[in-house]
Amino acid sequence: MDMQVNFGGLFLKNPVMTASGTFGFGLEFAPYGDLTRLGGFVAKGLSLKPREGNPMPRIAETPCGMLNAIGIQNPGVEYFVTKALPYLPWREVAVIANLYACDAEEFGELAGVLAGEEGVAALEVNVSCPNVKEGGVAFGQDPAQIARVTEAVKKKAGNKHVMVKLSPNVTDIAVCARAAAEGGADSLSLINTLSGMAVDIRSRRPRIANVIAGLSGPAVKPVALRCVHQAVRAVDIPVVGIGGIASAEDALEFILVGAQAVQVGTANFLRPDFAFGLADEMEALLSEIGAASLDEFRGSLQLPL
Amino acid sequence: MSLRNCRSVKVLKVSPVGQSKTAGEFFELTLERPDWDGWKPGQFVMIRPSSWELDMLWGRPFSLSSGDDDSVTLFIQAVGRGTRRIAELSPGDAVTMWGPLGNSFAVEPDVPTLLLAGGIGIAPFRGYVEQHPRPENLSLFLAHRLPLDCYPYDLLSRTVDCRCMIEAEPSDLDCIIDTLRGLIEDNAKRGGLTLCCGPTPFMRTVQRFAREYGARAQVSLENRMACGVGACLGCVTRDGEGHHVQVCTRGPVFWADKVEL
Repeated sequence: MDMQVNFGGLFLKNPVMTASGTFGFGLEFAPYGDLTRLGGFVAKGLSLKPREGNPMPRIAETPCGMLNAIGIQNPGVEYFVTKALPYLPWREVAVIANLYACDAEEFGELAGVLAGEEGVAALEVNVSCPNVKEGGVAFGQDPAQIARVTEAVKKKAGNKHVMVKLSPNVTDIAVCARAAAEGGADSLSLINTLSGMAVDIRSRRPRIANVIAGLSGPAVKPVALRCVHQAVRAVDIPVVGIGGIASAEDALEFILVGAQAVQVGTANFLRPDFAFGLADEMEALLSEIGAASLDEFRGSLQLPL
Repeated sequence: MSLRNCRSVKVLKVSPVGQSKTAGEFFELTLERPDWDGWKPGQFVMIRPSSWELDMLWGRPFSLSSGDDDSVTLFIQAVGRGTRRIAELSPGDAVTMWGPLGNSFAVEPDVPTLLLAGGIGIAPFRGYVEQHPRPENLSLFLAHRLPLDCYPYDLLSRTVDCRCMIEAEPSDLDCIIDTLRGLIEDNAKRGGLTLCCGPTPFMRTVQRFAREYGARAQVSLENRMACGVGACLGCVTRDGEGHHVQVCTRGPVFWADKVEL
């Protein structure tokens, strides 16, 4: 079965990507599987300058999910370009850079640094991180800001595909999706984490130093599916589904509601080789349920009249 | 790049150790050994029982304590939800294991090497003693709260010079701290190597005396981890320059003067 996906100039040999912040720069997972078995992977969030991120503790386990408040710790875009990208198999697998900045101009500057990098297949614009004080989800909750940031990135991105990653922490995801599309996004990815919190009744302290953190994992999948369903119907650009995918069936649920492709996040922590076999499992499952092709199955959700 | 792997392995044995307040609080978990080249003392594995399904997502990190060509043994204290569920495993149960992970303790065969263990922190030292080419150069000090038979102390005392102190009362702590001071000072004078694993306050004390007496000392950190491979950045600590570094890949063993505890 043909599992290739080609949307907005982005070619993926299969619909499985890994989500930013859960797969390092890819090299961390190389001992556990062949990176080129993935359709693509999104590198950890990059900023112009290195960031140390938030204080510890930064992660907490919750029922069927996890909270994180890493705070975009990263060594900066120059490090990625010079120390990671040359060692990645970018000719065989789509390497997508995830961008984080504090304002539209800085987003544009960051896009400009990566625009000429042959090894970068696409730019994913993070307007939805709940774990940083400046920028982050504040952009993602304001449609005008989403459009402005998207425009700024698009203007400097050269011929790079621009994917905008949306937050579920909004009143109306469709409005945000349309804002990104109007700003010139080539595709959307959603969802980023849900805003959450965990506390300890014995120490009477929050379990995360940042107090508020991002919830991910299987617990968020119903919210993610709903958001993808609404976004697909709100815009004409392709949508990538993210949120709680921990099996081939989960991944196909997102394809069924109309996602072009998926990103696997927290499940990379269940076992580091999780994502490598997922496309094969999806293909087998499509055959098992009698789907003629990935394209035929995509968006074929039967809604009540 | 060193090849590690992630495999589904079977539980071979679960053996309660000692008589603590709660039966089975300490136990040894013996697992099939995957096709590894080998492992070094101080390294760890992540394990995640298949029976967890999606109830608990993260694997749990444990020091490699002992092993042979066919098996590896982890020495575990059941203190949280995950470790209590691991204690309930039976032979034949499937466990996903990835590793060996992280760096390892320094081995200087001809140098007097002082092993300082706080409670369950004795776990990696069993492997250290078993793999050390000249165990006559090793000495071990165990500070513990639970009965001595909860720890592999007798096993190690057959091979190396061992000493222990119990912290039964808060006042015992002063004696333990004085002992640590004396041991670290003596070992530093002899140009020895000091290795430490245990609770953070214990390691902090060792770090303080190591600085005071110029001792060459390493500490092994046990931060909470999600992935174990350097990706999630949930386990970071600050290095000597104040930068966040991953304990799982840059550690878990750090030179005591190069890490903030």
